[in-house]
This record gives sequence, structure tokens and C-alpha cells, in this order.
Amino acid sequence: MVEMTESTYRIQGGTGEWEVVIGLEVHAQITSESKLFSGASTEFGAEPNTQVSLVDAAMPGMLPTLNAECVRQAVRTGLAINAQINKYSRFDRKNYFYADLPQGYQISQLYHPIVGEGVIQISLDEKDPDAHGKAIGVERIHIEQDAGKLMHDQHPTMSYVDLNRCGVALMEIVSKPDMTSPKEAAAYVRKLRSILRYVGSCDGNMEQGSMRADVNVSVRKPGGELGTRTETKNVNSMRFIQAVIEYEAQRQVDLIEDGGTVVQETRLFDPDRNETRSMRSKEDAHDYRYFPDPDLLPLELEDDFIFDCKASLPELPDEKRARYKNVLGLSAYNAAVLTAEHETALWFEQLLDISDEPEKIASSAANWVTSELFGALNRLGVGIENSPVTPAQAAELLGLVADGTISGKIAKQVFEIMLETGDGAKKIVEEQGLVQESDTGAIEAVIAEVMAANADKVAQYRDGKDKLFGFFVGQTMKAMQGKANPQVVNELLKKSLG
Amino acid sequence: MTEIFELGIAGIRSGIADGDFTAKEVAETFIARVSAAKPLNAFLVETPEHALAAAEATDKAKAAGETLGKMAGVPIGMKDLFCTQGVPTTAASLILEGFVPQYESTVSANLFKAGAGMLGKLNMDQFAMGSSNETSAFGNVISPWRRNDGGNSDLTPGGSSGGSATVVSGRIAPAATGTDTGGSIRQPAAFVGITGFKPTYGRCSRWGTIAFASSLDQAGPMARDVRDCAIMLEAMAGFDAKDSTSLNLPVPDWEAALNSNLAGKKIGIPKEYRVENMPAAIDALWQQGIEMLKDAGATIVDVSLPHTKYALPAYYIIAPAEASSNLSRYDGVRYGLRDLPDGAGLQDMYAATREAGFGPEVKRRIMIGTYVLSAGYYDAYYTQAQKVRTLISQDFDKAWNSCDLLLTPTAPSAAFGLGEKNDDPLAMYLNDVFTVPSSLAGLPAMSVPAGLDGKGLPLGLQIIGKALDEQGVFNAGLAIEERAGFVAKPEQWW
Repeated sequence: MVEMTESTYRIQGGTGEWEVVIGLEVHAQITSESKLFSGASTEFGAEPNTQVSLVDAAMPGMLPTLNAECVRQAVRTGLAINAQINKYSRFDRKNYFYADLPQGYQISQLYHPIVGEGVIQISLDEKDPDAHGKAIGVERIHIEQDAGKLMHDQHPTMSYVDLNRCGVALMEIVSKPDMTSPKEAAAYVRKLRSILRYVGSCDGNMEQGSMRADVNVSVRKPGGELGTRTETKNVNSMRFIQAVIEYEAQRQVDLIEDGGTVVQETRLFDPDRNETRSMRSKEDAHDYRYFPDPDLLPLELEDDFIFDCKASLPELPDEKRARYKNVLGLSAYNAAVLTAEHETALWFEQLLDISDEPEKIASSAANWVTSELFGALNRLGVGIENSPVTPAQAAELLGLVADGTISGKIAKQVFEIMLETGDGAKKIVEEQGLVQESDTGAIEAVIAEVMAANADKVAQYRDGKDKLFGFFVGQTMKAMQGKANPQVVNELLKKSLG
Repeated sequence: MTEIFELGIAGIRSGIADGDFTAKEVAETFIARVSAAKPLNAFLVETPEHALAAAEATDKAKAAGETLGKMAGVPIGMKDLFCTQGVPTTAASLILEGFVPQYESTVSANLFKAGAGMLGKLNMDQFAMGSSNETSAFGNVISPWRRNDGGNSDLTPGGSSGGSATVVSGRIAPAATGTDTGGSIRQPAAFVGITGFKPTYGRCSRWGTIAFASSLDQAGPMARDVRDCAIMLEAMAGFDAKDSTSLNLPVPDWEAALNSNLAGKKIGIPKEYRVENMPAAIDALWQQGIEMLKDAGATIVDVSLPHTKYALPAYYIIAPAEASSNLSRYDGVRYGLRDLPDGAGLQDMYAATREAGFGPEVKRRIMIGTYVLSAGYYDAYYTQAQKVRTLISQDFDKAWNSCDLLLTPTAPSAAFGLGEKNDDPLAMYLNDVFTVPSSLAGLPAMSVPAGLDGKGLPLGLQIIGKALDEQGVFNAGLAIEERAGFVAKPEQWW
């Protein structure tokens, strides 16, 4: 269903064009009340070191016990990207010393990750996703502990450490090197974030660090051998990910064309200077001495558990988008926009729920949401989950338009009042006398007045100046304070003007 | 009447039940013994108030007619590897000097719940790494035993649970906790003529026990006889959700099912345990053990455990590998020793702290462990060692086709003099040659005292059982105990 498209993103070098190859390792914080191996809370923003258990602080003799909810969320995420779920997985220790890592090792999954290969469909064109889609392979997903946080600004000579985040569960979602432009990388992260939020396994909040990416970049001559890659760590916004790729690709091309070679190394992104710089080279790389964690048994999943995980998944963005298009008859654009965020789709579906025949109102409701509602939310600067107008209220408004009680134009006016006052549409329409006039007698009377007052224009129209028709419509509507049914006005005017 | 300090757990239990003495009298007796035993350097911390409080609780419960716990009124010694709430816990290392846990290990909590009191924290080999107690940062424990050749040289009580061995054999405590990673309960038990039991891996929770090698560490009792070990293990063991490797099984009533009639039991004698240069006394003792078990009704069969000779090298890869990682947490950041030289950065602090805090044997094992896990060496060492471990387990599985239990010596020698093997770590490691295979396989195993060597020093026999068959091990041990009639005890010279 999705065709692969050739990337057209190229770096122009002195020796010709270069192609960029990108792989992403996304660290997504698993949504769970407590940490991966301890009962401490994971809530964001608490006072330093108030959410630290004896296990998190690596007190002598403390042992990890696996949080089943984190396993469930990782399996659900894997199922959501049609990945292989490994019924046998295991935890390994990644050993290194740092003050934010009390155990002296991170518990991770190197050799036997819980989730194997999967795929994520991305789209490069919001307006027509199916026509410009691409499949990005996911190599694996494993679960691991997050580290704590060092604070260097608390004391002139000492560093402080906050262990609140230490031990929080992460999924590391490793893509294949299937992306070839900054735009594709951004689309991948956007889509991944959307899926995670649908699944409910990660809140996708990049500002709070719930999602961050290690960006692997290499360059090559189009179609040539893969080049040496660099890995830029902990990039925490969609914009920065693109900036890293652009900077790194250009830096590597310049380096190679100047006769240098790219070294495999870890780099850091400096958002202030919009550049990456070397953190440590391969020679200085840690030897992490991975080995199976003897404190934890291998993780073995039952078929029933996997089945339950599958059954608990909501309709996912791709399926939903297809349904909106094919069953509800929405435009490709509306289907894409309404399904990108789970909250938007849920809001939209609550709106449709009001009707017995959702297919009939779906298109007009979709147009209203993507134009009127989005416009209003944009102006107010709130997300749809905080919309001042509920789906039920919106349904009432759209119902008044559908049954001809008010015109689309009046509906806009009513919606503005709803936003301001929180009142219901019916109440506003009644109180302000905004009911649409469809009574032909009343409209004919006004038309007669308008024609009488503009006899000269009537003559001109009848002489062939067709453009004056709009003038008569406007005059009639004005005389009726906009409440006349425009269709009826049109019909009657045509008849009267002959 | 027998002196109270001569009594073990069962003796104290019946004495209190019969009203011969109160728990408080028992506690006071042993507290006095502890005070008098300072020359042996067995205690790192003395906690008489803890023993007294537990005793008073027992006396009160008895007066109220309540059912007493399995360990009611028994004041025990606690190996310093167990974290004890509010009581300093160091694993006999400087790096944990001054560390006072805010939590109680599951094993010690279980014992206290069963009515035991604590006389104090026992000296040991640093982080349980050693076979002679000489790696303790606070001076070695001295065995209460002396050779009968008049030399009067100080002997090792064995290790790593050397403090535990010394206090039980010296009648300073009726029983003590031990931990066994490669023989650290069984070898010292053999060296001092007491009974020491390492249960199936997972019987006792490791939560709150300072880790040496997680896949091998098991707590167990060290006591005067088999029955006492059974009582105490019942109190120590049990499923603990806080330890993922804990066995979710009920604790059997081992004491009630003790039975030294071994009719129908087959005892395997593994030929690979006949090592070169084994002292004749040990060989002879092994033969006597065979006769004792026959006498108890068992059939003796020869078995082969062909990979035995690879057990020790595999153990000295796996245990240090796990230790190198387990001990990374001692970094000077959060607790214990911190050595922060002027102008030091983080890496300097790590280096200075760990240099000052760890003893030479601990450093040796951290370095070995780090090496065998390193890129380029991992497969050659760690992976190979794990394969050997699997083969060792399979050896035992095959042996169980033809026998129910195995009988071997516990250690290849009697207790040696302090300082005799200090310069040769490999010679020290050989102490574990008979105990390590069952540790690698996670099997229950016990050392029972069975005789003395030519110099009047105790020798032990080891019984190894199938996983979860602690009962079989206890029963065979009891059969030996009844026939060996081991009553020797050290003269009190301290």
C-alpha cells in the first residue's frame, strides 16, 4: 500500500552529491507509577532525592525486582509496530562509573531484547500521506534503567546529584539506518511519538525528557558503501534532531573532501551554537563489560500475556486514518490531521458519537474541527484535551447547522460566543434570536423592498449585468441581519429578478 | 547440669520450655562469653542489648503462655555480611566503615521474628572473599583450636565465615549465620568441628545481604549439630518477593522429618574428588564416613563427575566477574568511605576511595573480574566458564541417576596456621576444591564433623544433595553425626 520513495536530500560537495544515512535510537520513558526495578515514584518535578528507594540508591544488599507494568508497556509498544515479541529476554549489566549511576552499572538488555524487528510507516506529505510514505525498520526495542541527574550549579566546587530519575524505566527503540533526510528523521520521530501516545506507553514529552534520541549519521556517495557514523547523544527536540543531521552531514562531507576521515565517535549537540562536538572517540569508548545480571531471572512471556497485551491496544493511527478515509469518507488530509494525535481522534470520535449516522456528518464535522476548532485552540494556545468547548457542545452547534436552524456563517458567530461564555449553542441562538429565516413569505417581502429601493440596478441586471446578483443577495441578507437561509434567498432572488 | 554455654539451639529451647533457665539467663551467659573472647577477634560489633531485648521478649511470651518461635531465646552471632538495622555493617571492609543500614536483611529479620537475639556482628573475610579470615580489614579471627603438638601457633578458623565458626566452636554463641559462595560455610565448619549447611540456591533470600557473587551467594546456619542446623535453617529460609532469585516454595519441616535410617538410599562416591596429595587422615576419614553410611542402611555406589577439575577455574572467573560489578557501588558518593584528595575530580575520588577502602584480595578479584568481562576476553573466559558451569550441573544430574546423595571430604586439609598461605593466593583458592562444584550447581550441601587428624584438629565430611533435597542431606548428616560421636572441643585458652 505504501510505496518507497527515493530520497532527494543531497549534500552538494566539491566532488559531487552526497547522500546522508540516518539511524535513531530513541529513549522513551515508559509510563508507569513506579520505577523499573523499585517501588519509588516516577512523578516528574519532585524535590531532588525525594523519590529514591534503597534499590535506586544502590545501598548494600539491595536487589532489583522487575516492574511487570513496564514489561507490559514494552510488549504493547512492540505489538503496535508489528514487531516480533521475544518470549525469552534477559537483563544485562552495562558497567561504568559515574556519579549519577549509583549501582555502577545500568541494567539493560543487550543480548536478548524483549522486542525484535518491527516497522514504522512514515509520511513526508501531510496532505497525502499514502502517496509519499516510507517504511522505516525498527531493529529492536529493549528496556533499561535511566540514570540520575548531576547538578553543577549548586556549589562552587562540588557537584550535587539528584537520583529521582535514577531507575526510571526507559524503552530504547533502535531504528535501522533507513532514513536519508532530516525531514524523514523528523517524520519518524513524530510518528513514533504518535504511536507511543496512542499505546499509552510513553507520554512523548520531549521538554521533560520523556523522549530523547541518539542520532547516528553517516554520509556516502549515492548508492555507495556506508560511511563511518557518528552518534550524537541525548538530542531532545524534533528541531534539534534535524539540526544535528544537517550539521553532521555537512561536517562529514567537508571533512572527507578535505582529505580527512570521519572517526566513529560519540558527539554532543550544542543548541546555543547549533553544532555538534566530540565527546569521546572510539579509542576512549567505555568497555561496558556487559554480562547477564545475576540478580534477575530471564524474562519469559506466556502466550496469554502477549495476547492480553494485543487485546488492550487501541485502534492505532494507521488503521484509524484508513478508516476515516475509507469508511467515514474524509479527505486524505483531514484523515491524517485528525489521527496524528490520539486526543484529537478521540475528541473527533466523541463528536461523531452524538449522531446515529456518523458517516453523514463526518465530513462536515471534520472540516469544522480542522478549521474552526483548531483555529480557536491555536488562538487560545491550548491543546484539544483542554478545549473550552466539549465534543457534546460542538455536536449541538453542528446539529443546528445541519437541520437548517442557523447558517454556517451564524455558526461561526455562535461558536465565538460559546468560547467566550461557555454557554450552549441552542441557548445562544435562542437568546440572541439568531434562528435562520427560511420562511419564503418573509424573505420575498424583503426581496421586494430591496428591488424597489434599487430599481436602477434591477434594470441593469435584467439588461445582462449578471454580476449584480451578489449585490442583491448581500442587500437581502443585510436587511435580515444575516439570519436568512442563503439557499432560499438565492432561489427566491433568481425567481424575482427573472 | 550442663553449663548453659555448652547448649545448642535445641538444648536452649527445651531448657527454656522446661523452666530450667530463662532466656535472659541464656543471653547473659553468652554475653559474658562474648566479652571474655576478645582475644579471638571474632566480633566486629557487640550488641548485648539486642540479645537481652530478644531474651526478655521470649521470657515475657512464655509467661503469657504464647507459642514460642523456633529460635526463641537463642542469642546468635550474625556474620557481618547481613545488613542489620541500626547496627554497623561493614563486610569487614574499610570501604563500609561507619555504614549503618536503615534496613534489616530478610535472613536476619526472619531469625529475629523466630525469637533469636543477636550477640553481635561477626568478623569475616572482607566481602566474603577468602578462606582463612585473613582478608578482614579488622584483623583476622583466631580459631579456638590449637594443634596438639604444643606449638600453640594461631590457626585459621577458615573462611569466609570464620567469625561464625570460631564463636560456635568456642561456645561463645550457640549458633551463627554464615554465607557460602564457594564453601564459606562448609570449609570453616570443617576447620572448627561444627556443622554448617548451605541450602539450595534460592532457599534463603539474598535481600539485605551484601553481595559477593549473586549467582552463588547463599546464607545458611552454622551450629553445633545437624538438628540445630535444621531448626535454624527453617527460621532463615522462605520465599521473599524482594529477591527475584528466591524460591517460591514452602519451607519444609526439616527438623520434624529428621531420620538417620538410610535404608534404600544410595550414596555416590565421586572418584574425581580423590585429589593428589590429599592428607592420609582425610582419605581415611572419607572411608570411615562410607562405613558409617553403610551402617545406617545406605548402599554405596561409585560415580563420576568428570568436569570437577574445571570447577575451580570456572568459579574463579564467574565469582570475580560478578563481584567486580557488585562492588562498583562502593564509590564514595553515597555512603561509607570517601577519600577526596585536594582538588580531586570524580575519577580521582573513585580511585582514592577504592584504593584506600578495599583490601588486596578484594582488589585482586575486582581486577580478575574486570579482565574476564572485558571486550576481547569475555568469550574466552566468562562464556567458557558459564559453559563449564552448565557441564558441572549436568555431571550432578547424571550422578542422580545412580545415587541420591554424594559423600566427599569438605576440605583438602585441616585448619592451617595463620600466615601460612598468605603469599600464595592459588594455594588458598584450593581450599574450595570440594565445595565449589555444588555451589556452581546451586545444590544443598553440608559439612559435618567426623573426626580429628593426627594433630588433634577437626575434619569434616561433606554431603551433597539434589536441589531442594535438604532433608536427604540432613538425614545423611545425622547418620554420620550419630556414628562419628564427635565430642571434641577446643580447650579454652583465651
